[in-house]
Amino acid sequence: MSLRFQRLLLILLTLAIILSAVLLILYNTRENVSYFYTPSEIDKSNITINKIIRIGGFVENDSFNKISSSSFKFRITDEKKSIVVTFNGILPDLFREGQGAVIEGAFVDKNIFNATNVFAKHDENYMPASIKEDLKDTGYWNKKYK
Amino acid sequence: MKFLVNPSKFNELADYIFKPVLILSILLFALGLLFSFYLSPDDYQQGSTVRIMYVHVPSAWLALLTYAIMTLYSIAALAFRIPFGFIFNTAVAPIGAVFTLICVISGSLWGKPMWGTWWVWDARLTSVAILFIIYLIIIFMNLSIENRNVREKVVAIFILVGSVNLPIVKFSVDWWNTLHQPATISKLSKPSIDPSMMTPLIIMTLAFISIGLSIAILRIKTEIISRKSNLG
Repeated sequence: MSLRFQRLLLILLTLAIILSAVLLILYNTRENVSYFYTPSEIDKSNITINKIIRIGGFVENDSFNKISSSSFKFRITDEKKSIVVTFNGILPDLFREGQGAVIEGAFVDKNIFNATNVFAKHDENYMPASIKEDLKDTGYWNKKYK
Repeated sequence: MKFLVNPSKFNELADYIFKPVLILSILLFALGLLFSFYLSPDDYQQGSTVRIMYVHVPSAWLALLTYAIMTLYSIAALAFRIPFGFIFNTAVAPIGAVFTLICVISGSLWGKPMWGTWWVWDARLTSVAILFIIYLIIIFMNLSIENRNVREKVVAIFILVGSVNLPIVKFSVDWWNTLHQPATISKLSKPSIDPSMMTPLIIMTLAFISIGLSIAILRIKTEIISRKSNLG
């Protein structure tokens, strides 16, 4: 084996070892690396009251209630479980029922999550607005896209 | 393919292609901006804000591509003793840093109206911020270590170690829950973007590639000259 291929092998081996070390660290800390929990990942029996966390999912259909002009109540769901959220403040433009959202805040009791920040999450689909109208007219509009 | 490893061969080719590439980049930018602003539709969800994508996504791709090529050149330079690799790394690092910065700034301008925040520390945004810091460290190391033989090897090794971040940037949106949405365009599946929006994206990507290439040609030529005259 020539010297240059020994060096190449050494470099590639080192890279593989560093990469696996970093990935192991990230894999074992994935709960902290993840930006939010989904409603099913939250263990209802083991909720820490007033601990700030983020939950993410979809705003459940027909769950949005406007209590006053800047006070809202809605449910966040991942189609398995849902969580009741209350929020005082300004909602982002994209926020609506059926839309993805990430909520930052804390549980005030076992069932109610009080949000301090609401972020809208959008999906990776891009489509001209005119096509949406066409699809709706012809009945091919996928209801999951809000 | 000698021009990829041989400085004088590179210089020969660079003299031929520099002007065409520069003119091409100007034309592509004019066409791309025309498409981005006037000839592409509003998004069904994001409205006009989607046009930020035509700057954000190409700059993100180029930031990653630049680093990937620097990684290959570092391996070539260290394992096969190809000095052109060191020349390339010194010349190109600031270009990658600027692409990363454009990506971060345009992304945060996009995040504010869509997500409702300029910045969050989710896995994708954080790993891109780390990529930017890695680029800065490479630039500062290039400026600060006096001995050239030591400097270029240290920098090349640092680039190799930093390349671990590349797959993390790419797959962060798949591995963890992030506020950033997953990739729209991947090789394995049909892209979930309409052709009318794909067109400006492709044109802008080509424009970014050609402007990056023409700046890279200038910087590599400068680096070769300064090494020949023993300035660097």
